[in-house]
Amino acid sequence: MIEQQTQDNLPAAQPGTWKVSISPHIKSTESVEKIMWTVVACLVPPLILSVFVFGIQVLFITAVSVASCVAVEAASQKALGRTVTVKDGSAVLTGLLLAFIIPPGVSPLLPVLAAVFAIYIGKHILGGIGYNFFNPALLGRAFLLASFPVAMTSAWLPPLEGVAIFSYLGTSIDAVSTATPLAVMKEQGMAAFTAQFGEGASLYTSFFLGWKPGCIGETSGFLILLGGLYLLYRRYITWHIPVSILGSIALLTWVFGGEGYFSGDPLLAILTGGAILGAFYMATDYVTSPSNKKSQIVYGIGIGALTVLIRLKGGYPEGICYAILLMNPLSTVFDGWFKQKRFALPQGGEK
Amino acid sequence: MTTLFTFPKGGVHPPESKQLTADKQIEVMPVPAELEVILTQHIGAPCIPVVARKDELTEGGLLANVEKGLGVPLHSPVSGKVKAISTSAHPLRLKAPSITIAVDTDAVPLQYQKKEWKSVDPKTLLEKVKNGGIIGIGGAGFPTHVKLSPPSTSPVDTLVLNGAECEPYITADHRQMVEHAEEIVEGAKVILRILGIRNCLIGIETNKPDAIQALSDAAQKAAEADYTIEVRALEVKYPQGSEKQLIQSVTGRKVPGYALPSAVGVVVQNVSTAKAVYDAVVLEKPLYEKVVTISGKGIERTANLMVKVGTKVSDIVEYLGGVRPELKKIVLGGPMMGFAVSNLDIPITKTTSSVLFLTEEEIDTTPHSQCIRCGWCLDACPMGLEPKEIGLFVESNYAEETEPFGVFECFECGSCAYVCPAKRPLVQFVRLAKMKAKRN
Repeated sequence: MIEQQTQDNLPAAQPGTWKVSISPHIKSTESVEKIMWTVVACLVPPLILSVFVFGIQVLFITAVSVASCVAVEAASQKALGRTVTVKDGSAVLTGLLLAFIIPPGVSPLLPVLAAVFAIYIGKHILGGIGYNFFNPALLGRAFLLASFPVAMTSAWLPPLEGVAIFSYLGTSIDAVSTATPLAVMKEQGMAAFTAQFGEGASLYTSFFLGWKPGCIGETSGFLILLGGLYLLYRRYITWHIPVSILGSIALLTWVFGGEGYFSGDPLLAILTGGAILGAFYMATDYVTSPSNKKSQIVYGIGIGALTVLIRLKGGYPEGICYAILLMNPLSTVFDGWFKQKRFALPQGGEK
Repeated sequence: MTTLFTFPKGGVHPPESKQLTADKQIEVMPVPAELEVILTQHIGAPCIPVVARKDELTEGGLLANVEKGLGVPLHSPVSGKVKAISTSAHPLRLKAPSITIAVDTDAVPLQYQKKEWKSVDPKTLLEKVKNGGIIGIGGAGFPTHVKLSPPSTSPVDTLVLNGAECEPYITADHRQMVEHAEEIVEGAKVILRILGIRNCLIGIETNKPDAIQALSDAAQKAAEADYTIEVRALEVKYPQGSEKQLIQSVTGRKVPGYALPSAVGVVVQNVSTAKAVYDAVVLEKPLYEKVVTISGKGIERTANLMVKVGTKVSDIVEYLGGVRPELKKIVLGGPMMGFAVSNLDIPITKTTSSVLFLTEEEIDTTPHSQCIRCGWCLDACPMGLEPKEIGLFVESNYAEETEPFGVFECFECGSCAYVCPAKRPLVQFVRLAKMKAKRN
């Protein structure tokens, strides 16, 4: 009878249409999509700049790379019976980053192959986003470097004179290809390097602004740094990884990178190669980097040290790609070593 | 305001949404025709009724009592007649034993007079707190007299009054502090006398400047050589009102894991509980009324209502003009830690601080996706735990092995789930882990 009465008292709303779930009932406006697309947006300015540096065909290579990454992601998820999540932007980001780290003069077949390796084998076979332990874009580059060593180390384009962005279209790559600054430094020595690229302030300026041969991601330190700072401002990344990578590269190059000890050029070491791109965009990838601040610093120093080691003693002119790949699987190990501090342990110590 | 007090580790800043009710004076809701007083108002065993069907009741008269274990007596909120002793809907237990009262609408509300208490010995005061049916109004509803008799092994030197009210939307404590500052301060003095200590710190978030002002004035006005009562302005950060975080914010002391605040010499009471202590001791009025914030965009009129314990949500909705068609979720308590309910038949208890009527735009309904290991939950967790690991373990059916991640120290504030960009139900994972993991 009581129940009857309460039924009658119900107001005009329709019971049963109200949601019931566990707290919290409100959530922040951040989402995986928002993060991914913001990072993609941060990479657009350096991409546009590189069109003016190397010509319109970087756009073509980038488009092929992005499209194939998205296609491979969708196909992998379909094949593995998972929800297709290409809208979250993570495949677009991988494609964009992949295009940033391969020479702009390579055949368009290469990014397609790299996409299959990076997204299908590197990401979805391992469990999809969140479970891959290597950075997919870097894995794609490593795969290409091992499979197409000649193209991957020689298809560099020299910066254009003026705004003739269409001038490389139709020309054979061999006719225009050139060597990257780090390769010149490694293979021909510092003297050849200064002869070709100049020295002092004008060298730093031209490298910082991007007028140098290399891949898209190596060209404009300035715009890439700007995007990285925006990500810092949005708190999508923290300073720990970029600062520890760039700091250790600078420090170790200064100590070991010159003729004798303490005579290397730390600023040049940061401005050449993919150091800034690697530090702000590659090494900070959430999935493959540690989550605790302390382990992030250790991870960053590890990447910096390996980068300098490969640059100075290894067979490749640039080492940050392999340095990050080598440190990626250690992320969870570091997180296990450096746990964040609990509020307060139980009395009498940990049990 | 000089320095703001806060806790250093973790915390989040959800939209406060308090402007909906912050300036609304406490409004006494007319007593509905029928009340359902739940017999399990607090943790522990349910109270045993001391009345029978058809018995006449008087306002403030005894309704039910504790037979054994933790608990406090329950009083009749009105004059009337016992209509039934059966069960009622309960937000957590689904069904709970209750007493249904047919309200005598002609009865004149009782008036209470201030009584002298300063010469009464602390033991008798404590007895009055217990007999007044006082439980912690802010959260879990722990019987107040138990909290006020800490074990002799850990001497207490500070009383902390919790006026943080860090949950979004809720303004019940805020209004109590603004409108009843003097009673709260006097209630604090009663508690200090019971505990035999002199120091009281009142923590209030700075988004309630009028409450800080009112309590500072009241403390100054009532200043006595025997007691120091100070107001500490707290940074607006959720969960500032959590017991351990609040103690750290205002005293700098850290309560060890699994320990009670008395381990660091502190007793914490909510400001509204202090007001209830004042009522029970100074006015000798038992706890049977409650200030409840009714808010959200899904109800016609928002308010801070003074209601009788046992008033059903449906009566409140009717009084405030009904719900809006956009209503998507009804939450008892705050949006961060409250409980969603599916119907309106639920009676208000002594611990209900708010009923929120939320619309689609106010809540989150995004389905969750895989953890991307961003680590934001680690930064948000005020206890320094690793919610993402707990979630991954639970998802992989290893819930039993989550004890090393500190699941039992989690008080389910929801900060991790709030910041998670993959919208993962981390609190739900933790609850599952707590059920399956063994606490050693």
